[in-house]
Amino acid sequence: MRNTGLPDQDVTGETLSWRLFLDRIDPILMQGNEAIARALVENGCVIATSYPGTPASEILSGVMAWQKAEGLAMHVEWAINEKVALEIAYAGSQSGLRTAVAMKQVGLNVASDPLMSAVYLGVTGGFIVISADDPGPHSSQTEQDSRLLAMLAKIPVLDPDSPGQAQEMVSLAYELSEEFQVPVMLRPTTRVCHACQDIQPAPVKKLGRTADFRKDPSRWAATPNFRYRLHLELNEKLARMAAYGPTAPRRLNPAAHAKKAIVASGAAAGHAREIMKNLGLWDNIPFFQVLQPYPLHGEFTTEILRSFDEILVLEETTGVIEMQLRDRDKVRGKLSGAVPEAGELLPELIEGIIAGFAGVTVPAVPQPPTGGGRRPTLCPGCPHRASFYAIKKAAPKGIYPSDIGCYTLGANLGGVDTVLCMGASVSQAAGFHHAYRVTGEERDVVATIGDSTFFHSGIPPLIDAVSQRSRFVLVILDNSTTAMTGNQPTPAVPLAGGVPVEISSVVEGCGVRFCKTGDPLDLPGFTRLVKEAVEFARKDSVAVVIAKSPCLVDRNRPKQERGQVEVDVTCTGCRVCTSQFECPALVFDEATKKVTTDLLICSGCGVCLDVCPSRSIKPREGKP
Amino acid sequence: MNHQQLIISGVGGQGILFITRLLAETAIAKGFHVLTSETHGMAQRGGIVISHLKVGDFSSPLVRPGQADGLLALKPETVPLHRHFLKPEGWIVANATPRAIVEAEHPLATMDADSIALAMGNPQAVNLMVLGRAIAQSSRLFCTATEVEEAIQRKLARKKGALDGAMAAFRAGLGAAP
Repeated sequence: MRNTGLPDQDVTGETLSWRLFLDRIDPILMQGNEAIARALVENGCVIATSYPGTPASEILSGVMAWQKAEGLAMHVEWAINEKVALEIAYAGSQSGLRTAVAMKQVGLNVASDPLMSAVYLGVTGGFIVISADDPGPHSSQTEQDSRLLAMLAKIPVLDPDSPGQAQEMVSLAYELSEEFQVPVMLRPTTRVCHACQDIQPAPVKKLGRTADFRKDPSRWAATPNFRYRLHLELNEKLARMAAYGPTAPRRLNPAAHAKKAIVASGAAAGHAREIMKNLGLWDNIPFFQVLQPYPLHGEFTTEILRSFDEILVLEETTGVIEMQLRDRDKVRGKLSGAVPEAGELLPELIEGIIAGFAGVTVPAVPQPPTGGGRRPTLCPGCPHRASFYAIKKAAPKGIYPSDIGCYTLGANLGGVDTVLCMGASVSQAAGFHHAYRVTGEERDVVATIGDSTFFHSGIPPLIDAVSQRSRFVLVILDNSTTAMTGNQPTPAVPLAGGVPVEISSVVEGCGVRFCKTGDPLDLPGFTRLVKEAVEFARKDSVAVVIAKSPCLVDRNRPKQERGQVEVDVTCTGCRVCTSQFECPALVFDEATKKVTTDLLICSGCGVCLDVCPSRSIKPREGKP
Repeated sequence: MNHQQLIISGVGGQGILFITRLLAETAIAKGFHVLTSETHGMAQRGGIVISHLKVGDFSSPLVRPGQADGLLALKPETVPLHRHFLKPEGWIVANATPRAIVEAEHPLATMDADSIALAMGNPQAVNLMVLGRAIAQSSRLFCTATEVEEAIQRKLARKKGALDGAMAAFRAGLGAAP
């Protein structure tokens, strides 16, 4: 699973449906992702697909909720990965229906192969590719700018500044997509996806379309010869899209006149407008909001360079608009060094940049303290904590490649040595094994991957490992959900109507000869199982252990009453439980030099009973 | 009061999103525009979580340092982390045990919401207690206790058990004012 947020309970169908019933006329509070979801449904989207990832995860759950509330015939699916998600939605568009696929920016890397090709072939029904960026980054491996990938793919991209504008742009994107028969990218950022705003829902358009795939092999299965012609056509479309009225930049303060102008898009435009008003600059400096950063409108480019001596460009995360304004003498932005090229454009940063550009002074900004805070950690009672503890016991000198998900937090426990991208734990484990083997040393390698991430991209490297006789242990942390992004289903635990795909059957089907399942909350038993796997991998080939125990924050999981623990007077204050096991419910009290239990959060998993060297942690008496 | 900027912070799992959205819905019910910014993703796993709430005509969802009217701290440790968001005349309401030392230049109201929540058998309700405590600081928030209670009732209308617990927690916070 990719990093993201827990869904708020508002995204459940039940809550939304009564809200819709009660508040049909009035504006309602919607998160940016919910507003996008609502707009997809309003505009007749029939197929919506996604793989969860912060900050995009709530888009698809929102579509599901609105679909249910409106009683619409749609196919809405959590796909196995972004490539598959894009291909399914694209075929719907080839059939003449409006469709959409949603993902986070690094998911677009996975989906870029079909995207590049689909752009040449074009679409029939409107097709929106939603790629949510994460400047900061807050919950991602990179700060990559999806708009650059739109340039590479040669598709238009729309850049909303708020939930309300995201809602508006979905409608615009479908019109643009159908007008030019191309996929259109919608690129919200974290501050749009995870902002909430009062949003006025619009009625659902009844388009009444039925699937109508028209065979045309010279287009849909085009050979390289035809692809050249399609590329020429695409370039022509781009030139026309750069003159398309509805997505043209908007001058928001026509009364302002100066030799300087500010151009902004996305969340930075929202910050900039507010700051210009606060600084008293709104009536003085012309402000242009770019809706479609690529292709940038030609007439706008010519006009703005002719009319102004200095132009400040504010955008995230790369200078995409700036690089299309081809006058290095007049344009101030990321390429000129006026705006930072990495990190989020926070409003306090933009305030200083605008003030400097306008030549006004602003009071010093109060600074946050250096240091402080606390790092994220696995939840109290999380089975992953026990798995990592067992792995360290079973292979204390091992190399521990890991993957993308909650269990990345196993780094705090010393159980995670590498995190690259989805599925890389498996291939990297093989790579480490071969690196040591060919240079004459044997080294235990124990990789960890979550169940959803295993399905997403862990299977091809596992087949590769078997066929290459790689020798390592792969522990599949199976909590029966996509946890960090808010407990979306996995192929092993599909939504109602789906057919479950067993992880153990997949592993055995990959040719793995050692595949055993254990419960990590049984710490001694599970540690023995991992040791057994390590022995097998030393002698034979890749071994897989499935650590099966449900996620504690999964609302779909049946509630289980478990007793809490307490620490008795024999605690020696050795801190093994707080430093090596790092359960947040175990707190070292500086006053008494002993550990106590935080009863607000102790889940009662009881694993710490086996971790404590002095056996001082006991089940708490007299409580359930 | 038709214009307010608030920071609400604590650690993942304390229900910061819930009270941020509750206040935002209260604002909408009063006919105000509202913008919030939430923390999602990895930080929600026990890390520091911060919400921004802006009631009135704003176009940015983020509060700039030095601009917030109030800070609701669900853990005492977020007071030093986030007080730089406050205006000079801003205020703080913090969840802190009597033992915790919370230093602040701004007016500070505290309550030991953790202990009260445990005693009430409702460890999930610290968020609503601190919100109640903030509302009890009369006239500081854009809304009244009654308006928040109405928003809680709308939000949890279908969940009777949760509704009763939430109302009890909110009222415990209201009543905790010295």
